[in-house]
Amino acid sequence: MGIHVIKMPDLGEGIAEVEVVAWHVQPGDTVKEDQVLADVMTDKATVEIPSPVAGTITSLGGAIGQSLAVGAELIRLEVEGAGNLSATKARQEPVQSAAPTAPAEEVAEPQLAALAHAGAPPQAVAAAPAPSVSKPVSNPASNPASSRATNPAARPAPQSAVPMRAEGDKPLAPPAVRQRAWDLGVELQFVSGSGPAGRITHADLDAHVEGRRNGAGGGSDERYAEQHGEHATQVIGLRRKIAEKMQEAKRNIPHFTYVEEVDVTELEALRIQLNARYGAERGKLTLLPLLMRAVVLALRSYPMMSARYDDEHNLLTTYDAAHIGIAAQTDNGLMVPVVRHAESRDPWSSAAEIARLAEAARSGRATRDELTGSTITITSLGALGGIVTTPVINRPEVAIVGVNRIVDRPVIRDGAMVARKMMNLSSSFDHRVIDGMVAAQFVQAIRGYLEFPATLFVE
Amino acid sequence: METINTTLLIIGAGPGGYIAGIRAGQLGVDAIVVEGAQPGGTCLNIGCIPSKALIHAADEYSKAVTYAAQESPLGITVDSPRIDLARTIAWKDGIVKRLTGGVGALLKKQGVRVVHGWARVLDGKTVEVTPPAGGEPVRIRCEHLLLASGSHPVELPFMPFGGPVISSTGALSQDSVPRRLVVVGAGYIGLELGIAYRKLGAQVTVVEAAERILPAYDADLVKPVANSLARLGVELRLATQVAGMEGERVKLRDASGVEGYLEADKVLVAVGRTPATTGWGLENLMLDMAGRALKVDSQCRTSMRNVWAIGDLTGEPMLAHRAMAQGEMVAEIIAGKRREFAPAAIPAVCYTDPEIVVAGLSPSEATAAGIDAIAASFPFSANGRAMTIEGTDGFVRVVARKDNHVIVGWQAVGVGVSELAGGFTQSIELGAQLEDVARTIHAHPTLGEAVQEAALRALGHALHI
Repeated sequence: MGIHVIKMPDLGEGIAEVEVVAWHVQPGDTVKEDQVLADVMTDKATVEIPSPVAGTITSLGGAIGQSLAVGAELIRLEVEGAGNLSATKARQEPVQSAAPTAPAEEVAEPQLAALAHAGAPPQAVAAAPAPSVSKPVSNPASNPASSRATNPAARPAPQSAVPMRAEGDKPLAPPAVRQRAWDLGVELQFVSGSGPAGRITHADLDAHVEGRRNGAGGGSDERYAEQHGEHATQVIGLRRKIAEKMQEAKRNIPHFTYVEEVDVTELEALRIQLNARYGAERGKLTLLPLLMRAVVLALRSYPMMSARYDDEHNLLTTYDAAHIGIAAQTDNGLMVPVVRHAESRDPWSSAAEIARLAEAARSGRATRDELTGSTITITSLGALGGIVTTPVINRPEVAIVGVNRIVDRPVIRDGAMVARKMMNLSSSFDHRVIDGMVAAQFVQAIRGYLEFPATLFVE
Repeated sequence: METINTTLLIIGAGPGGYIAGIRAGQLGVDAIVVEGAQPGGTCLNIGCIPSKALIHAADEYSKAVTYAAQESPLGITVDSPRIDLARTIAWKDGIVKRLTGGVGALLKKQGVRVVHGWARVLDGKTVEVTPPAGGEPVRIRCEHLLLASGSHPVELPFMPFGGPVISSTGALSQDSVPRRLVVVGAGYIGLELGIAYRKLGAQVTVVEAAERILPAYDADLVKPVANSLARLGVELRLATQVAGMEGERVKLRDASGVEGYLEADKVLVAVGRTPATTGWGLENLMLDMAGRALKVDSQCRTSMRNVWAIGDLTGEPMLAHRAMAQGEMVAEIIAGKRREFAPAAIPAVCYTDPEIVVAGLSPSEATAAGIDAIAASFPFSANGRAMTIEGTDGFVRVVARKDNHVIVGWQAVGVGVSELAGGFTQSIELGAQLEDVARTIHAHPTLGEAVQEAALRALGHALHI
């Protein structure tokens, strides 16, 4: 028997750290060759790690949500034959890995720091964490505050709220308890029994009533019952990436948001005309590709808006191209697929590309290239667009254009009140490199194209 | 017409009705009980109590006959015993009178009015009561109407009650012992009375359509009773139906269609009881039925708001103690308490010789209910007390869940086992495990030791077998 260690693979593009997002095996499991062991995630792409060998899992290299350095030990297996680790090392390492008994976070942090040294030999970083590391993370019921507790195993098992009865079994309670339950308006089927064979005692009933008084149980009027549930969720995977990006954007970029209202009556009329005429063969247009066209045209006058700002090196790169990121909601959270070279696309081509990218993002098949490299971003919540939003810039870009809801509003035209379709654009800019006036002019330019839609096509 | 208003009107002063009345009175609910006959219903007047009195008298007489025949191993002999059945019946009537009078007194003590007369339901809140002797009816209006009309013996259409054909009611008021008694139906009523009359000296033949006696009970439980019938000389005609009366002969037809005749001075038809749903305006309410019984929910509510029904009117099991528990519950609900009729077990006793008592599930019923059950029995032949009362035939059996040993049923057959019913039912209601009973000290020498031993045996370590 030998030990085979699978290391975190190099997923390219200079990535030093990879996050574990799912384990498909547990220690003790027997795995076949090519069986998927884990899902790991880089910036945007999720990669499945298959097993190169058949064997039995002996340890996992980290908890879900933990980032591991490329080259760090990911999984250790016991295999037939020699394995890929020498016998002496194999004997030493479990000793090392068993050593950390300090609080979970304190273990995790130095370990991560050590792991960050790419190329460090695996045995030096004790990559196989002790169970005390993984437990607080893998147990969703654990209170975040208690993740510093020294030994999770020593904590008492949470009192089960559901009685230990097989389904369909009647609650077992003596007549006196039953009568008291009726008097109290308690359904015994919801009371857990602590007596022999799950018999419900007066004390159990007291505990249930006490719990209900504190709002935990079912009262006679559920609508006004106090709620005391707490549900801790480990922020991992894509959600953690989003959190980090949002935090960085807000921490680094002094945002300012400029809102202008746009009369889209003509644009909507045109859109309807175009859809009536070309919808069948070219696909239906939404407002978004038309807005993209307006942005592309406005960028000709304001090229500094299609840019990426490397604030560490004080380097602002502007692009002649318009790689427009389109913020899209997926089941996992926000993703921003990129319509590359929007300046080269007519509205139908843009619409088709948006549809393709949105589908890829939602189904998780978007490639890394399709999710990175935008130079400006448009965010739209459609009918949920609200009146005003304060979009967060997709760092390192410098501008983001937010689309609000279209509403029929009474407006004054030629001294008379008429109904027009009005839509607000809420746009945020990086004030370090974009001045307020430029931003306003940029938005006004977009507005001009949208309000006189012929100018989108006639130049 | 005089109109009386009340909160709760109870039709029928049987065990269900009078208990509902007493409990309502205790709880301050204004209540009226309507009864056309004596209070106490079938149970006190023409059922449980008088039959048990007659059975006791028959047992005593039977012993004397045994002593006279110089057959008793106890060494007792007497000279030619005689029974004056008229005096026996008078004694029995005395007990009945004392009890029914007691019911009236209890109701009065709780301030419950008893209106003597036959009720006729006009609607869900109005009942007209006509005195039994005729006269001016009174009208009673109520908020809650509790129906507790009970049940009747089932009559065979081709052999109606009358003349030699008697019901259980008639069998309890004979002034002499018939020479030849044919009992139709080998259920518990037919066998209880058939055995009693056999002990009183009648030639008794029991005719039963099913293949065995007491079809409601399992074969093991019935065997000691069958042995006893053979010993007493009660003739059995199983898998045989009665076809009618021809003069003083009962016409029989067996399973293969062969006809025969039995000479009979009296024919006791005891083929079951049916809810008393006709003749008192119940149909005016158009309530939902469940077969021939009134349909009620777990709080004894009928399909009409504030109309309640309890006891035999609501179907099987037609047992006085079930009706009483239901009556008590309905009164409490009307008084504003939250209650439900949810007993863990309703015991049933069969006063044959020997007696049978059951509570909860039999082994086969447990299996049918999807319970992985264990059953163990302890025979009275290994019980000292049983020997001293000449009652070694029979056993106690316990049925429990295999996984957690919670007791789900008890059965016993033997002399005097009816008194075990309380303990049996209590253990089931309390959710007792086999260990609870096995670790309870049972007095020596009593039949109850067999209860403890049955539990011990289910656990694999009975001490006396």
